Amino acid sequence: MFNKDSWREIFDTIRKNKLRTFLSGFTVALGIFIFIILFGFGNGLSNTFQKFFNDDKSNTMFIFPGVTDKPFKGYESGRRIEFDNSDLTDIQQHFDYYLESITPRISDRATVKFMGEANSYRIRAVSPAHQYNEMTIMMKGRYLNEDDIKNKCQYAVIGRLVEQDIFKNIDPIGQYLHAGGHSWKVIGIFQDDGGDNEERMIYVPYTTYQKLQSRNDKIDQIILNYNVEIGYEGAMEFEKNLKKFLKNKKAIDPRDSGGIYIRNLADDMKETQQFASVLQLIISLIGIGTLIAGIIGISNIMVFVVKERTKELGIRKAIGATPKSIILMILQEAIFITTLSGYIGLIAGIATLSLIGDTLEKNYFITNPYIEFSTAIMATFILIVFGALAGYIPARRAARIKPIIALRDE
Amino acid sequence: MINITDLHKSYHIGKNSLHVLKGINLNVNEGELVAIMGSSGSGKSTLLNIIGMLDVADEGTYTLDDNLIKDMDETKAAQYRNKFLGFIFQSFNLINYKTALENIALPLYYKGLKRMERQEIAMEYLSGVGLANWASHLPSELSGGQKQRVAIARAMVTQPKVLLADELTGALDSKTSTEVMNLIQKINNEGKTILVVTHEEDISMMCKRIVRLKDGVIVEDKLINQIKATTHV
Repeated sequence: MFNKDSWREIFDTIRKNKLRTFLSGFTVALGIFIFIILFGFGNGLSNTFQKFFNDDKSNTMFIFPGVTDKPFKGYESGRRIEFDNSDLTDIQQHFDYYLESITPRISDRATVKFMGEANSYRIRAVSPAHQYNEMTIMMKGRYLNEDDIKNKCQYAVIGRLVEQDIFKNIDPIGQYLHAGGHSWKVIGIFQDDGGDNEERMIYVPYTTYQKLQSRNDKIDQIILNYNVEIGYEGAMEFEKNLKKFLKNKKAIDPRDSGGIYIRNLADDMKETQQFASVLQLIISLIGIGTLIAGIIGISNIMVFVVKERTKELGIRKAIGATPKSIILMILQEAIFITTLSGYIGLIAGIATLSLIGDTLEKNYFITNPYIEFSTAIMATFILIVFGALAGYIPARRAARIKPIIALRDE
Repeated sequence: MINITDLHKSYHIGKNSLHVLKGINLNVNEGELVAIMGSSGSGKSTLLNIIGMLDVADEGTYTLDDNLIKDMDETKAAQYRNKFLGFIFQSFNLINYKTALENIALPLYYKGLKRMERQEIAMEYLSGVGLANWASHLPSELSGGQKQRVAIARAMVTQPKVLLADELTGALDSKTSTEVMNLIQKINNEGKTILVVTHEEDISMMCKRIVRLKDGVIVEDKLINQIKATTHV
């Protein structure tokens, strides 16, 4: 019965029963549309969450020097620990297996001047690896490189808002700004997803800064990225060994809770991932709930449609329709309507998401809402299968009714 | 054409049982025009439904054109209905969203004919009942008489061996009833076997034979000529 003629018979029926067709199709299209929108919004929320909590690389450790609490090896308690360049090379040598990158950071604040404009900004003296762990995005020019470090160049990479504040309409690349009593050539402009404060920042080579500020080889903190393959447990072990190594080097009592502080983002990341998992679970539940509601909706309509057609089916049987032809007719109709309207809902949902996607971040915290195409197709397929099943069950029942009983139906 | 022996049918409603047909014996030959008469509840429609394979008997044998109709599944019954039988109902039973032509062509769809062929044949039969100009009209746009003529054309379109009409004039005025019965007589004169269930005497008198049922039993089975002769005596 799956021939051109039977399709024509079905199109005839669909064309002449517009309201019934519309109601069935609308339920399916709406189900898919809501599913895609909700799922997309859920993913958008998740994106916002990831963006908000993952400003820095998740495999990062920040190492800060502190003040000792306990006397050790002839040193009194209350001793201020300092890091220097040798600590960087020692860590690199001892923990080469764990390390992906390492950078020092010297933080300062200075009044920055350019052609009569002046403002106070934070200055960070770093190495090129800092770009990686801060996830700094270059907009123009370039970031610091190893040659800049080696040659102690007076180069500066400025934040987007620094450019906006003091350079106005002048292209900053190649211009010289004055900060901390020295001139710095602007070689790049960056942006950062971490917010305005992160974009009111100036990066300079740490070696240059140490030379100009007469700080010898002192550094404020060490930031490193470990190899992600070591996993959460490996990161914890690395942190423990690193602390032990530094305490030993700096002659700090192993039981001293002060002296060295390490902030391991693996811990934050674990919590973040747990929260993101819960969010994803909620999104999935909403999606499944929407699909179930759609399935119940189409099932109700199909039961109603077949019930409404009982007499017609009786007439068809009286004039020669076999039970199989009755079932196939209803099934083909159901599959055709659910497939077509499912597709319409799918396209409408995806189009709506892409149309309104960029407008929701500011007021609704939904960033780049999206749905994987495979998820959308799978949801549509599920609804089509259940739509067909929802048509099949009452159709089979109708096909089994004695023609005389069906003919009496009013 | 139709041979029925000791046919019984009961309906079970809750714990109660209603014995509707009580040992019916009936033979109908090819080309006969038989009226099955009886008051309401006499079992005449039930008998017609069993002959039409719309319902099944509890006991007894029924052969149609030498085919024993027994323990038949619904698929085979549908094929037999399409091949051997044409139905005309009191309430017309036309599909309301299909045009007159489409209603007539529908049995041919189930017979497996191509669309063009179906439409040609259906048009021929629609013209045969005098409604060629009403082909594209929906049932709701037709009068009762026109609807019944469409139903007759639909019943005829597969060239069945037997036409079964259940109170076919029940919803028509007397003038239209006579017109419809004249059409039935014309079809019968062309050789078609027709069974007409009716409770109207004047309709039955337009047939060639009258079978009278009372309380599920045939109480009279006479040719119309015999009845007319008795009346005149």
